[in-house]
Amino acid sequence: MTNDLIHATAAELAAKIHSGEISSVEVTQAHLDRIAETDGKVNAFLHVDTEGALAQARKVDEDVKAGKVVSPLAGVPLALKDVMTTEGVPTTVGSKILEGWLPPYDATVTRKLKEAGVVILGKTNMDEFAMGSSTENSAYGPTHNPWDLERIPGGSGGGSSAALAAHQAPLAIGTDTGGSIRQPGAVTGTVGVKPTYGGVSRYGLVAFSSSLDQAGPCARTVLDAALLHEIIAGYDEMDSTSINAPVPPVVAAAREGQNGDLSGLRVGVVTQFSGEGYQQGVLRSFEAAVSQLKELGAEIADVSCPSFDYALPAYYLIAPSECSSNLARFDAMRYGLRVGDDGTRSTEEVMSLTREAGFGPEVKRRIMIGTYALSSGYYDAYYGSAQKVRTLITQDFAKAFENFDVLISPTTPTTAFKIGERANDPMAMYKADLCTIPANLAGTPAMSVPSGLSDEDGMPVGLQIMAPALQDHRMYASPRRTRPRVAGLGVRRCEHQEGQGLPRPRRRRGGSRGRVLGLQGRP
Amino acid sequence: MPSISRDEVAHLAKLARLAVTEDELDLFAGQLDVILQSVATVGDIATADIPPTSHAVPLTNVFREDVVRPSLGQQQALSGAPEAEDGRFRVPRILGEEA
Repeated sequence: MTNDLIHATAAELAAKIHSGEISSVEVTQAHLDRIAETDGKVNAFLHVDTEGALAQARKVDEDVKAGKVVSPLAGVPLALKDVMTTEGVPTTVGSKILEGWLPPYDATVTRKLKEAGVVILGKTNMDEFAMGSSTENSAYGPTHNPWDLERIPGGSGGGSSAALAAHQAPLAIGTDTGGSIRQPGAVTGTVGVKPTYGGVSRYGLVAFSSSLDQAGPCARTVLDAALLHEIIAGYDEMDSTSINAPVPPVVAAAREGQNGDLSGLRVGVVTQFSGEGYQQGVLRSFEAAVSQLKELGAEIADVSCPSFDYALPAYYLIAPSECSSNLARFDAMRYGLRVGDDGTRSTEEVMSLTREAGFGPEVKRRIMIGTYALSSGYYDAYYGSAQKVRTLITQDFAKAFENFDVLISPTTPTTAFKIGERANDPMAMYKADLCTIPANLAGTPAMSVPSGLSDEDGMPVGLQIMAPALQDHRMYASPRRTRPRVAGLGVRRCEHQEGQGLPRPRRRRGGSRGRVLGLQGRP
Repeated sequence: MPSISRDEVAHLAKLARLAVTEDELDLFAGQLDVILQSVATVGDIATADIPPTSHAVPLTNVFREDVVRPSLGQQQALSGAPEAEDGRFRVPRILGEEA
């Protein structure tokens, strides 16, 4: 029974809970048990809110009995990235500087989840302040990829992606500044969506780079991601960059796309994202995905976006610049850590000692790069030039979307690398974001869906689908039976490793093919 | 692009209020140099005629009605403070010793 519950999709769980066939408390307890059983090895969660989760589950069960139900995902458990504030529940952003902080308010995303009856199991691990591609920059230890515990689960949202892959939760929330939803999705064989910038409120999302940060849904199926997307999206007057427009019809698109017919869909393959630095197994999986799209009726052609070659350097100027300003709020005065206040030191000295003690190396590096890029004398050459590249990237997208409905690429150049492999080489780490960054700079939506496994190492590969702003629904939709084959293989593999295996959940009926590719027909 | 010196990194750390150690200065000086050399390539295509983009969504000022609405109370606002006194944030001295 427990195995069935942790393998079901969110949509299946919701249907059974709402019909009274099973209770939300049972479903929630099954996932709490799974976390207790596996998280010693995975380290996906920084905080598990057992009482809060069960209380919410009981409330949903009462509503079901009273016939007062409910929103589409009421009663379904979710793992929330620790970057979203949760009233009275610890929120660390993976940093020592906020250790023990209990936020006095809920983020808008948190509030919407609660109002929808979604059960928040706890807060997931992440690279400190969402800066990283491996979750190794967490001050609370790395998260391990459930497919191979020696490998990274992606980052910054590695806790959320690993929780999905380990079947600790059927749904998760991530945030994506340069790929932090999509790259973890790709390397764990799960689905991750970065909505159009402004589509989901940033209120209560602890800021890293405000012009790029965007929260979005993570799940094991495209439909589940769509259901979650509709719950968290929408205009919010508490976020001045929130878009005041209807939420794109993503659930309808996901359901419609299940017929698997892509006739007439114009798909552009971005030529910049291949070649040197790309793992052969990733490229072969991508080619197979392209063939599959053709078989389903899509019209495929290459498209060149030359400025995308400069997206990575532009990003690593713009994001650190914004972060150097945003993280000034951690001043040891109003909340969080304070170090060295011995009665003799000045505020400025205490501030410097606290930030030194509270921030990890990657955060310090980015704050200093940003400080440099914004300083007079260097501003034009660095930050100013990066902003111009941003214009060119937006123009390249606009041109490409004149001829194509969606663009595709691999989500990230390689499969999950080994923990520690890139830890001392910041530039090598940054390259994990090569393909995901353009969509952040342009504010356009993008999604990663599993495209199968690399034939070299048996690790998952992600296909990235990009759409124009506010056309998020074009990416959603998948042919029938596209349940990504997540933990089945991975957990078996883990089990083979002496002494560190995850308990293997029973495989469900053979529905979990690696077949992917969800695209809606003509927009 | 000029390479970045250890002294410059020390200056940046001071500006950013980071009391970095000597060892960190050695480490960061090397790493920041590599990173900055690499990202400086944005200058290759950023010609004078291209307008800068600061934000993906074209935004003008966003206004709301000037009405009172619920917000955090004093106790809540101070709940995360390292130190509070008399309903206010308590901070270390803000002036130099001579003041």
